[in-house]
Amino acid sequence: MKTPSINTAKAASGIPALLKTAGFNALIALVLFSLMVGVRTEAGSDGQLTYWTRFGEVASLVAAVFGGSIVIELLKQWIGPTGAEKLVPPAVQSGMSFLGRYLAPALLIFTLLVPVIFYDQRYILDLAILVLTYVMLGWGLNVVVGLAGLLDLGYVAFYAVGAYSYALLATNFGWSFWICLPLAGVLAAFWGVLLGFPVLRLRGDYLAIVTLAFGEIIRLVIINWQDLTGGPNGVSSIPRPSFFGIPLDNSDNGLAARLGIEYSPTHRIVFLFYLILALALLTNWVTIRLRRLPIGRAWEALREDEVACRALGINTTTTKLTAFATGAMFGGFAGAFFATRQGFISPESFTFQESALVLAIVVLGGMGSQLGVALSALAMIGGFELFRSLEGYRMLVFGMAMVLIMIWRPRGLIGHRAPTVYLTKAHAISSDLVKEGHG
Amino acid sequence: MSRDQILEVDRLTMRFGGIVAVQDLSFAAERKKITALIGPNGAGKTTVFNCITGFYKPSAGAIRLTHDDGKVIALERLNDFRIAKQAKVARTFQNIRLFPGMTALENLMVAQHNALMRASGFTLLGLIGAPVYRDAEKRAIDLATDWLKRVNLLDRADDAAGNFAYGDQRRLEIARAMCTEPALLCLDEPAAGLNARESAALSELLLSIRDELGTSILLIEHDMSVVMEISDHIVVMDHGVKIAEGSPREVRDDPKVIAAYLGTDEEEAAAVMESGS
Repeated sequence: MKTPSINTAKAASGIPALLKTAGFNALIALVLFSLMVGVRTEAGSDGQLTYWTRFGEVASLVAAVFGGSIVIELLKQWIGPTGAEKLVPPAVQSGMSFLGRYLAPALLIFTLLVPVIFYDQRYILDLAILVLTYVMLGWGLNVVVGLAGLLDLGYVAFYAVGAYSYALLATNFGWSFWICLPLAGVLAAFWGVLLGFPVLRLRGDYLAIVTLAFGEIIRLVIINWQDLTGGPNGVSSIPRPSFFGIPLDNSDNGLAARLGIEYSPTHRIVFLFYLILALALLTNWVTIRLRRLPIGRAWEALREDEVACRALGINTTTTKLTAFATGAMFGGFAGAFFATRQGFISPESFTFQESALVLAIVVLGGMGSQLGVALSALAMIGGFELFRSLEGYRMLVFGMAMVLIMIWRPRGLIGHRAPTVYLTKAHAISSDLVKEGHG
Repeated sequence: MSRDQILEVDRLTMRFGGIVAVQDLSFAAERKKITALIGPNGAGKTTVFNCITGFYKPSAGAIRLTHDDGKVIALERLNDFRIAKQAKVARTFQNIRLFPGMTALENLMVAQHNALMRASGFTLLGLIGAPVYRDAEKRAIDLATDWLKRVNLLDRADDAAGNFAYGDQRRLEIARAMCTEPALLCLDEPAAGLNARESAALSELLLSIRDELGTSILLIEHDMSVVMEISDHIVVMDHGVKIAEGSPREVRDDPKVIAAYLGTDEEEAAAVMESGS
C-alpha cells in the first residue's frame, strides 16, 4: 500500500491523485473494520450467538482513515522521506554536524553526572540503570546485526545464559561477582559459538528463524531443568555486588562504615549505575577498537558481500563465529549485571519480547552506529516510561512514534557509516551505499 | 610439463545435473604470461573460472597450481576461501563485487585480511595496540596506497567504492585482488562495459602487472582488441570443450574459432575467410 501511494504522489501531486490514494486507503479500512468493528458478536446467556451492528463507529473510523491519508500525503509532499535532506538548509546542516561532533562527549559527561544531579530521585536512577543496560545490550547486538549483518532474533538467550551463570555460580558456590562476571561472558560466548556452528550456512530469513528458535530453546530449558535452575520459580536471593570485596550494606564492615559516612541505600544504586556504565563503555570501547582491526573490517566486508570475502581468502565461518561470540559475550556481561541488580531472576525476564526490543533499538538507532544505538535505547526505554501517564494508549503512541521515525529515517537515527581508516580525510558514507547484510 | 607452467587444467569436467557445462577440458597457463580464455556466450568459461577459484567443485579432472618455489597444489581439493588464502589465486567478478559501503582504501585493506590477522595476533595484539600490529597496518596502508596510485584512484582513496564510476570500480577490483599478493590473477571479463580509452588503460595495467610484478594472469574476455593485444596464449572454448589454442595470430586465423563466433559450421567460415582475403 505504501509503494503505490508514494509513486502516485511523485507522478501526479494534484488533488485527484490525493483523493484517489485517500479513497483507496479508506476502502481498505472499510473492508477491515466492517468485520472487526462493524459486527460485534458475543455468547448469549444460553450460549447462543448474539450479535449487533455498529455501523456508526465504522463510518467514523473510515472517515478518520480518509482524512488521515490526506494529511499524511500532504505532509509527504511538504517534507518527503526521500528528499528530506535536500530541504534542510545548509546552515542547519552544518549546525547539525557541529551538534553531532559534540553530542557524544556531552552525553557522556551528562551520564557521568546523573547520580550527582538526581541523587535523591530513586526512580530516575533506576530508570537510568535500565536504559544503560539496554544501551549495553544494543551495543552487543550491534556487533552481530550492525557490523556483521547477521540477523539475530535470539539475543536474549545470551542475556539469560549470563544471568543464570552468575546466579547459579553465586548461590551454589558463593563465588563473588567479580569472578563470575568474566565467567558469565565466557559461557555466553561459548553458547554463541555453539549456536553459530549450525546456522552458519543459513542466510537471511532462515538465520533469523533459527536464532529465534534458539532463544526459545534456552528459555524452555531453563523452565524445565528444575533441579538446576529452579524452573519457573527462578533463582532468588542472588548476592548483591560488592565494592571489590567490601559489601555495600549497613553492617560494620560495609563501605559506609569504613568510610565513616552515614549509610544510605542509594549508595548501592549509585554503585550499580557506575558499574553498568563502566560495562557499557567497555563494550563500546572494544567494539570501536575491533572495527578498526582486521576482524572488524572483515565483519563489515561480510555484511557488504560474502562472496567477495571468500574470493579474498577470508574464512567466513570463523569470521561469523567471532561476531556471534563477541556479541554473545557482551550479552552475557549484561545478563550477569541484570542478575546482581535484580537479586532474583526467572525465565519470564528472558522472553522473545526482550530480543525484539534490543533488535528494535539497534535498527532504530542505525545499524552499526554506536551513538545511534545509545540514543535509540534512551528513546525506546526512556520514552516508553515517558508515556506511562497515557496508560492504555502507551503502546499505541509508542508504536506510532516508531513508525514515524522509520518513515523519516528509514536507515535509523544515524544511518551513515564512518570509515575505519583513511588517507587524508574521513568522509561519512551515505546510508544508501551501506548494505544491511543478508544473513 | 615441458615449459614453466603455473596452472595446469587436466581433463576438467563439470556437470550440473544432466547438463555438462565443461567437458574434458585441458589447458595450461604459463608463468609470468597472460593467458586468455575466450569463446561465445555460454561456452563454459565462467564455469572453468569458478572451478579454478574454488566456487565450484569439479565433477572430474585435476587443476594443478605450481608456485614459484616448486610447490604443487591440487586446487580441486581445496575449497572456498583456501584457494585465495593458501594457493594464492585471486579473482575478480564479471559483475563487480566490491564492498560498496566501504572506502576504496578499506576495500584494499580487507584484501590484506590474512596478513593483518596474523600481525594482529588474531586480534589480541591489535586490541591492546601492540607496535607489531601498528607497523603491519602501516605497511598495509602503504601497499594499498601504492595500488591506488597504480590504478589512478589515489585522490579518491577515502570515497565509498559504491560511488565510483563503472570503469573505476573495475580497476579498483583488480587492485583489490592484487593486494592479496596472488601468484595467479584470474580476471572475469575485466573490459566489459569499458569504453575504448578505458580498455586501453586496462591493457596497459595488465601488461604492467605481468612485466613489473611478474604475476601470471588468466582472463576471460569478450573484447577482442584487449585479448589480441595483451595475451601471450589464447584458449578458445565452445559448448564446454576446447576448440582451439595458440598465439593470438594462430587463433585469429583458425576457421573453427570463426565458425564458433559466427554460429556457422566450419566450411562456411573457411569460405567466408577465403573470399575475404
